[in-house]
Amino acid sequence: MVIVNPNVNLGNLPTLSPDWPGGFWWHWLLFTVIIIAVVIVMIMVNVYIARRQVGRMQSRVGPNRTGPFGIFQPLADALKVLLKEGIEPASIDRLIYWLAPVVAVVPVLLIFAVIPFTDGGMLADLNIGILYVVAISSISTVGTFMAGWASNNKFSLISAMRVIAAIVSYEMPVVLSIASVLLLVGSLSMNDIVLAQQDIPFILLQPLGFVIFFIAGLAEISRSPFDLLEADSEIVAGFFTEYSGIKFVLFYLVEYGEAFFFSCLITTLFLGGWRGPALPEWLWFIVKAVLVWFVIVWLWATLPRVRIDQLMALAWKFLLPLALINLIITAIQVLALPEGSWWVMIPVNFAVTAVLILLWSKLFKLGWGRVEV
Amino acid sequence: MKFERYGIGIAKGLMVTLKTLFRHPTVSQYPEQRLHTSRRIRGNELAWDRQKCTGCATCAKTCPQGVIEIVTSTNLVENKYAVEKYQVDTGYCIQCGLCVEACPYEALFMGYAYERAKYRRSELVENKEDMMLESGKKQPSGYFYPEIAAKLPRQTLLVEKITEKEQ
Amino acid sequence: MAIRTEPFVLNMGPVHPSTHGVYRMRATLDGEVVVDLEPVIGYLHRGVEKLAEERTYTGVIPLTDRLDYISSMSNNLAYVMAVEKLAGIKVPERAEYLRVIMAELQRICNHLIAVGSFFNDCGAYFTPFLHMYREREKIIDLFEMVSGQRLTYNYMRVGGVSQDIPEEFLPALDRFLAQMPRCIDEYDLFLKENEILLARSKGVGILTREKAINCSITGPVLRATGVKWDLRKADPYSVYDRFEFDIPTGSAGDCYDRYRVRIAEMRQSLRIIEQALKQLPSGPVRVEVPHLVRPPVGEAYAHIESPKGELAFYLVSDNSIAPYRCHIRPTSLLNLSALRDMAIGWKIADLIIIFGSIDICLGEVDR
Repeated sequence: MVIVNPNVNLGNLPTLSPDWPGGFWWHWLLFTVIIIAVVIVMIMVNVYIARRQVGRMQSRVGPNRTGPFGIFQPLADALKVLLKEGIEPASIDRLIYWLAPVVAVVPVLLIFAVIPFTDGGMLADLNIGILYVVAISSISTVGTFMAGWASNNKFSLISAMRVIAAIVSYEMPVVLSIASVLLLVGSLSMNDIVLAQQDIPFILLQPLGFVIFFIAGLAEISRSPFDLLEADSEIVAGFFTEYSGIKFVLFYLVEYGEAFFFSCLITTLFLGGWRGPALPEWLWFIVKAVLVWFVIVWLWATLPRVRIDQLMALAWKFLLPLALINLIITAIQVLALPEGSWWVMIPVNFAVTAVLILLWSKLFKLGWGRVEV
Repeated sequence: MKFERYGIGIAKGLMVTLKTLFRHPTVSQYPEQRLHTSRRIRGNELAWDRQKCTGCATCAKTCPQGVIEIVTSTNLVENKYAVEKYQVDTGYCIQCGLCVEACPYEALFMGYAYERAKYRRSELVENKEDMMLESGKKQPSGYFYPEIAAKLPRQTLLVEKITEKEQ
Repeated sequence: MAIRTEPFVLNMGPVHPSTHGVYRMRATLDGEVVVDLEPVIGYLHRGVEKLAEERTYTGVIPLTDRLDYISSMSNNLAYVMAVEKLAGIKVPERAEYLRVIMAELQRICNHLIAVGSFFNDCGAYFTPFLHMYREREKIIDLFEMVSGQRLTYNYMRVGGVSQDIPEEFLPALDRFLAQMPRCIDEYDLFLKENEILLARSKGVGILTREKAINCSITGPVLRATGVKWDLRKADPYSVYDRFEFDIPTGSAGDCYDRYRVRIAEMRQSLRIIEQALKQLPSGPVRVEVPHLVRPPVGEAYAHIESPKGELAFYLVSDNSIAPYRCHIRPTSLLNLSALRDMAIGWKIADLIIIFGSIDICLGEVDR
């Protein structure tokens, strides 16, 4: 049976919380504006935090000239790139070249519709929230592949192939670790997942799931140490080598938008969403998302890149079996233990995590890498 | 190739980066905060002492690039050469300092300034009036002349600004 | 039934974010695996050997600065030793010790850049690179104090060095020697045991002993394959026979061993500098050599252990003020000759890492 708060309303789920004023259409309009504004502002904030943090970690200062402490730097960058000329090579596949940024950007904006900023404060409280997230976030992969193909450039094609292979492989550990969280909640709606973390956040109940989701999610959004999809020391810039101007801004928005979305998703699923003692709820949400982003940038500044076959080996041989084992163990615990006994689950789960990671690291073998020619 | 050590190496790297995050950054804000260059800096220009120069053109012969151009004529009144044209193309000069070392009368100095960007390449060519030391616009550097070097400010060194724990 | 694939040619052109300079490789790839490799060089050819015939012996020294522009002091040293061998000039003791100190500081400087760009090619986003540049900045400050410039020093002269060191050089050098071992320890803590780095570079790009000796590879690349060959011990020049230091070698000859050999060489260089400081005599730093040197007719070959390998100058003189012929043994070009055999069978990402671990400088390759 479910271990968490049994007051979660599973049966009759309204699509509109009662305390939002106006009718359905006003709610929709307000939240569309809020989501677009929040996404763009938070992307700029994230870019600023990343540049300052990476700068300090490299014992230099980040940008500090445009505006006080350099806070207008992302705005200046965006304006500069928007005003640039969009240079197109002559031998591209024109329709696909123009459509690719659009196909990549639209899903990134769509998936923000189901992230709960406060209790019920989202565009649409779908009762299949997580399924919607997993489905829509895969569509931007098609966009990046279109970009790599249409550029008529061997570097972009190599990058597009890597993108397809990597993102398809990492879907599985992501979905399986999400499924283990859903076993604890019992509902697919994102708001219910946050409501269910009333006593403790799920990071304590699901440490192995958190680790797997973090690593697999980093690979999904192709950030370091898995940023070989746009590795700019090997394949110049990957699939968006031939893009400049507004189309380049759209791809940049895809990358940072997915990263922001990933931090929001971790906050919702594992860190307790908008819960917190003193501050307003949406502020706690933003604080937690920024904290996750800090950790992501910390990893980006420190770690070297993995190679493509090591990336695939990590997904199929390391993360996928661990995710399956995690799912089975969580299922056994949910069925066997009585309600509210999370104080038994936590040490058991941490012990299982430690044992599994140590054991699997000993057994995990990468391929040697050299191919006989 | 086994995945050994369970991520401890990665954790150590992350600790190093975190420590660097809280240290003082080793940069200086350029236009507001100028560090003192070396006293012997082979800056971007040459300074010429017209009184000591005799027009022997040793500097022009020593220059590997051939940037110094000297035209002299005889001046029978003072019984020495009169230097009519002393022109240096500082855009072509590689600041090697061989001309300064070669001058037998100690009449040529390297310049101390390094911020001499101009908008046109022809403005980099300096003729006799610009080059003179007594025009007051030039500061000679201490390259090859220790008595001039003793008067210039001390160089800012990075080893003295940032201290890490010593062994 | 096997699926038929077709290899394609990828041109990693002269302008590329991580070929260290203008170097062009045409790689034939089958998927991601490198099947063949064809290097194209000559994008930085400036005709240095021809220009050297038109300048005096002293005027060639600024030209040699710009050969391997990362380690200028070593280039100066090799050329000046060749001229002194030709003309039969003996250098005073203090000048020899100053030359050794400058050459070893230059070795540390070069290895910092080499290891930093190796990590940059591996993908660590400039962080170890910038940390190493911090230490390089300290060394370059010392060089600026002595010679006046930060990259092309023009410090060695025929018959000694150009000027004596100022009085604030020795205290600053002592402070640097006290801080540096701690910094190298921090680099080790950062990336020596990093699992991703081990997976990327251990066992990658293996060069065997026999192939290295056959291709006349020298320097840290040779020492990483296990051959204990260092010109400072095998054919000591200058005053190197008065110091005691080890020669670090690797065992496997892969990229990781080359990186470890360079870090170990940095520590040995610190040891040599400390011993040289203790033994530094006083005296003149320059012998009286005529302004336009005219060596007698003959030829001379002088080689040194530069940070990248064996750098040598071959000078032919015909008793005039300019060399008749000046030939440079390009260390980096000869080290590159094994790139094709090291890289075949690996993937594109490994190709970049192998290329970065050889540590070339295009100024020397193309001259």
